[in-house]
Amino acid sequence: MKFYLWLSIALLSITATAQECSYTLSGYIIDLHDNEVLQEATIIIVGSERSVTTDAQGKYVITDLCEDQYTLQVSHPACETQLVKVTVSGNTTRTINMEHHLESLGDVEVVAHAHKSKSRTATESVVDHNLLENNSAASLGDALKNLSGVTSLNTGNSVVKPVIQGLHSSRVVLITEGTRLQDQEWGVEHAPNIDVNAAGEVTVIKGAAGLQYGGDAIGGTIIIEPERVPVKDTLFGRTIITGATNGRGGSLTTSLIKSYNNGWYGGINGTLKRFGDFEAPDYVLSNTALYERDLSVRIGVNKYRYGVEASYSIFDKESGILRSSHVGNAADLSVAINSQEPFVVEPFTYDINAPRQEVKHQIAKLKSFYRFDNFGKLSAQVDYQRNNRLEFDIRRDSDDLRPSIDLQLETIGGKIDFDYTADNTITAKVGISGRYQDHFPDPVTGVRRLIPDYQGYDFGIYALGSKDFGKWTIEAGARYDYNRINAEKFYITSLWEAREYDVNFAQFVVEEFENQIFVKPEFEYHNFSATAGASYEVNDATTVSLNYAMASRSPNVSELFSDGLHQSAARLELGDLSFNQEVANKISLNFTRSTDTWSFTIAPFANFIKDFILIEPTGVQQTLRGSFPVWEYRQTQARLLGFDIDNNVQVTDRFEFSNQFSLVKGKDVTFDRALINVPSASTRNSVTYTMPSVNNLKLSLESNYVFRQNEFPDTNFDVFLPETNTTELVDISTPPDAYHLLNFRSSIDFAINDKSNLNVGLMVNNLFDTSYREYLNRQRYFADDLGRNVLLQLKINY
Amino acid sequence: MKNFRNYTLIALTAISLAACSSDDDGDIPEIINEEEVITTLNLTLQSGAETIVLTSQDLDGDGPNAPTITVSGNLDVSTVYNGTVEFLNETESPAEDITEEVEEEADEHQVFYTPSAGVDAAIAYGNFDSDNNPLGTVVTLTTGATAGTGTLTVTLRHEPTKPNDGTLSDAGGETDIQVTFPVTVE
Repeated sequence: MKFYLWLSIALLSITATAQECSYTLSGYIIDLHDNEVLQEATIIIVGSERSVTTDAQGKYVITDLCEDQYTLQVSHPACETQLVKVTVSGNTTRTINMEHHLESLGDVEVVAHAHKSKSRTATESVVDHNLLENNSAASLGDALKNLSGVTSLNTGNSVVKPVIQGLHSSRVVLITEGTRLQDQEWGVEHAPNIDVNAAGEVTVIKGAAGLQYGGDAIGGTIIIEPERVPVKDTLFGRTIITGATNGRGGSLTTSLIKSYNNGWYGGINGTLKRFGDFEAPDYVLSNTALYERDLSVRIGVNKYRYGVEASYSIFDKESGILRSSHVGNAADLSVAINSQEPFVVEPFTYDINAPRQEVKHQIAKLKSFYRFDNFGKLSAQVDYQRNNRLEFDIRRDSDDLRPSIDLQLETIGGKIDFDYTADNTITAKVGISGRYQDHFPDPVTGVRRLIPDYQGYDFGIYALGSKDFGKWTIEAGARYDYNRINAEKFYITSLWEAREYDVNFAQFVVEEFENQIFVKPEFEYHNFSATAGASYEVNDATTVSLNYAMASRSPNVSELFSDGLHQSAARLELGDLSFNQEVANKISLNFTRSTDTWSFTIAPFANFIKDFILIEPTGVQQTLRGSFPVWEYRQTQARLLGFDIDNNVQVTDRFEFSNQFSLVKGKDVTFDRALINVPSASTRNSVTYTMPSVNNLKLSLESNYVFRQNEFPDTNFDVFLPETNTTELVDISTPPDAYHLLNFRSSIDFAINDKSNLNVGLMVNNLFDTSYREYLNRQRYFADDLGRNVLLQLKINY
Repeated sequence: MKNFRNYTLIALTAISLAACSSDDDGDIPEIINEEEVITTLNLTLQSGAETIVLTSQDLDGDGPNAPTITVSGNLDVSTVYNGTVEFLNETESPAEDITEEVEEEADEHQVFYTPSAGVDAAIAYGNFDSDNNPLGTVVTLTTGATAGTGTLTVTLRHEPTKPNDGTLSDAGGETDIQVTFPVTVE
């Protein structure tokens, strides 16, 4: 270190004598997190006695400099001190970003807005703290739906899976506090096992540009970060109580953070949610109650130079599945689709009966970092996750209380990342990660395993970086992933032979039983992914960026191994052992214009996916139970085109108008027809009126219009109905009609004392109690979606 | 020496990463013979010395093979048959008699018999649940005077609405078994 110092002094003194030294270096010091200027930041020219301080506008000016490279030491009470190299060539301007040392972030609200971009050129959106709090009683998926381009795939209203620009499940990577969530996300009826209240901020990268998180995020990456902890003696907390008329329940969530000047801190967050049966406008949605309990704790020390944190979280949710969605065979399904009302409508209750899900997800984690002066930050973490999933179906014997599905997925993961921070025009990041998984489906169910026993081994390595050239920024990265899966599975012999596995995969056979065959399939995949992009600042208000991302995803366990009846879906699902990985090439463009009164973003994209794996109905199979629809996975060439528009106009000081529009068109290029389950176009418009003088009263009216999906594959099939002695068409493909929902939101602040404040919110969702069905709700065949819901929310910050 | 502590921490992290081991111990997981499946339905119709058996058997359960349906003979016109139905899971050994289970939980089940046009037959329930609603594992089938050919569908419904008007659409519930037999009355 000293060597460099002496060297620079030496260099300075040499050049100083040789050149004219009358140039000025000036610029602003800006807080990287909120783009606020920092006043009273000190800039010292390393190797000289000279120092200057920024003015009230955050501006600094250093005069009498030579044409040379200087090293500046920039410091501010609230930030990490950093060294920046600047080349002076004529009068030079240079704006310097500083990273918060978290000192002054006493106010929770400020913490929430301290957003740092995850990618420099890709399209990304952020769900802020307020929006998360508004959805305190709902789910992560519900909160994310507020972003343009993000929709959801629902099973009823409590199982909400995020869909990013038309893609979901294994194509959406979920990162919670640096850990990749392993919660059996392959299943369409498996919602993320995340407590929305534990998140401080959520970022969505629409596409695979977030290579540091994984190379297989063909749809996108959702990054959940907790509230940041200030380094000072403080104790603060927050409690949110929400009551809702629909479901006659509510939620209670509390968080408390204690921190000390010496860097030590601890935090705890707990959530309790309880709802009874939800209601559509015309009837009770019987057996849709839910009960959720979540807890997370963390303790750590943040010493600027190094830090360590240990944390543990548990998510425990029990949710009923609409009773009427449980059907016996294709004939029952046909009757259900043609009936206007669900067959089972019972009086409201808080009881949760079969069919129901019980999911529990636990994460234990240890993470640490170390900063090297004028070089970068090294982070390492290990984590252990345990996911338990129980699904209780309606059994023939109602005294049989065993679950029909009992899965346990354990994951041990670790990673080491290095962030280069010495030059703030450059971001550079490299890292490696490893993961071991063990999946155990408990045979106690007496029902053949939906997902087999398996061990998974994953290894990843990546590098990515960006460089600012004034108005231009370029970004590039690459990643390699190795995935290995060793499974142990029993196939029904007739199925093994019907799919010609006895010819193509005979090497996996271990033992043959009477009518089942035991096999040990082992697969290995080498995946490459890459991203490149550029962004150009046209002027102060306008930025254009272009990003290309290539992502590769190995087939998941469901796509490979599904081999029979999925009872809760009343369909036979067939995977394929011969699948190879799918590879997506996505190009996204982002045009942003942002002034004080108007911000506008349009983000078109094109996603070309080779060997895209999809599941759709292919026919009917006869069993003793009658005929069953067969859904088969297949690989095809797919193309997704679309765009998202965001508009926000501050009409007057008090009056704000915002508008979103999203469109995605999915095409199965091989079959030359529409892709199944692509979200329909939608537009969301809202007006908000704010009166700061009246306790910050906010009134907002939001209109949400969802168009009918007119592009869908025809996968209808015929079924024989003995009662009428006729063959009927089972219309499982026609999407429901367009719908329009109006939502109202209001809130008002009250100061309790100088440290605490109370925010009271009143929200009404589906104001006009409109009956509707959503194309991407798996229960649309059986019942209407939710009716009017009035919510009262109390938020106390202290 | 603070640095040393941190490096140790990082090293420990890396070691624990590498220490993951496989639990591949050579044992194979427990085989599951599907308990929820019903592979076989036997409907026995008896009139005096004559016995007609209608059978549907699907030994691979939810596997790709379709059930094998056999009808041992034709029905006579204007005849009263005493019918009993039997449900079996033959993937288990010995075969599990599911009829017993259905009869024990009579209030949650009902068997429906649906003759198609062309089959002149009337069905009367021969056994009932504790609320005196029909169960239908025992029935009386009476053929009319008209000969003809068509189908007879036997449906076992789980958790139907009880009482119902005897039709599948009014009963609701879920279908556990549904077999359509070709039937000739001569």
